[in-house]
Amino acid sequence: MKEFRYERSPDPAAAVALLAREPGGAFLGGGTNLVDLMKLGVATPDVLVDVRELTSAEVSDLPDGGLRIGAGVPNADLAADRRVRERYPVLAQALLAGASGQLRNRATTGGNLLQRTRCGYFTDVTRPCNKRSPGSGCGALHGVHRNHAILGQTFEGPGACVATHPSDMAVALVALDAVVRVLGPDGERSLPIGELHRLPGNDPSRDTTLRHGELITAVDLPPLDLPSRYRKVRERASYAFALVSVAAALRVEDGVVADVRLALGGVAHTPWRARAAEETLLGRPATEEAFAAAAGAELAAATPLRDNGFKVPLARNVVVRTLLDLSGGTR
Amino acid sequence: MDTEITLRVDGAAHPLTVDTRTTLLDALRERLRNTSPKKGCDHGQCGACTVLLDGRRVNSCLVLAVTVGDAEVTTSNGLATDGQPHPLHRSFVRRDAFQCGYCTPGQICSAAGVLEEARAGWPSAVTADLTAAVELTDTEIRERMSGNLCRCAAYAHIVPAVADVAAAEGVRR
Repeated sequence: MKEFRYERSPDPAAAVALLAREPGGAFLGGGTNLVDLMKLGVATPDVLVDVRELTSAEVSDLPDGGLRIGAGVPNADLAADRRVRERYPVLAQALLAGASGQLRNRATTGGNLLQRTRCGYFTDVTRPCNKRSPGSGCGALHGVHRNHAILGQTFEGPGACVATHPSDMAVALVALDAVVRVLGPDGERSLPIGELHRLPGNDPSRDTTLRHGELITAVDLPPLDLPSRYRKVRERASYAFALVSVAAALRVEDGVVADVRLALGGVAHTPWRARAAEETLLGRPATEEAFAAAAGAELAAATPLRDNGFKVPLARNVVVRTLLDLSGGTR
Repeated sequence: MDTEITLRVDGAAHPLTVDTRTTLLDALRERLRNTSPKKGCDHGQCGACTVLLDGRRVNSCLVLAVTVGDAEVTTSNGLATDGQPHPLHRSFVRRDAFQCGYCTPGQICSAAGVLEEARAGWPSAVTADLTAAVELTDTEIRERMSGNLCRCAAYAHIVPAVADVAAAEGVRR
């Protein structure tokens, strides 16, 4: 591991100011991903600014009936929060579907959003990877890519990247229209979570739209008044990343879809909001055929790789199953 | 870069000078000679290094020692009281819940965390009703212990070893 300086700050603003002066520095949250990447030589910060205890570890009620999640809230505590379990089951289920009990105890809300892909070429410094080493190529494109993206990839040029975003939590937050609160050198700003993560485009080294020195301080959840749930498919029963996952919320009135939210995990460089499927479904009868047609509308844009074509029917089936569960009134 | 820290481990305080790159696991094993937590994968994937940090189970291989601060570190050794084994220690012996034993201290710290989380009413990925009281069924124990791998595959004995203590503590019928 490369040598680094370890810094603590009295408050978030001081941490932001400190990191802004350190172009090779990084914020440290729970460290469950960053420390591992440092051991692997994938991340090589020369300064770590510890923000784990600087950002709020509280979940608080918002006046509109929503919740504010401090960036320092551990994943385990968020999943256990009674308001989250009762009002946002999709979020509790997504959190509990991720990682292990030990990791959820340490991993933070902010850090979960900013975790890096688990693509095997990204984490192996002897391999080409445009995300880790821009211009070196994408080893996964014609290599081992069974669990890589089927939507929104970049196939050619210096941006070539077929990696997926690994978070379960972020998929639920995207379906919930969460708002990310950020503190930067120029002050505070908020952005819809759908604008936080970015597709590889021509620069896969950037996972998010955040600028250097910007710190996630909280995530706001708007109120949710419809049943929701998370379903994850993986290659073993526990403690594995998603092949495909679905975060969904659905309200059916008189047999017709009155409101729907749908997001997919394990399919793209970002948690993937399924807008085309939502638009197809709204106002339509809540039937298995309509659910399949909606999933098909979303997945029409899929561009699977040599060995991950199975994800297209898998994603369709998981969408249909999840919406059927929700239309049955389960919560 | 050397940094002065004091680690509180199993009830004793230890002033240390560590390089910032030192993990809690390496500080425990290599500096304090507490070889209770084990180094398996060193990447947070196997659970052999599990310790309790202020009572919460964590992978000590992913915690930098300089970040620990005043938190109390408890290893499997430290779960013993006055030289007497913890109920989980006794249960693992009674149920023959290991072969080589390398993963065992991590399994035991993780199980201590599982019992505490169940008492606090935390659900898991296999909990059907997210708001109901927690009952540590075999399925629940398997899910909650999934961050601890056992290369000897002693799982069939680890589950009842944890279940026995869960039943004694009232989080299992």
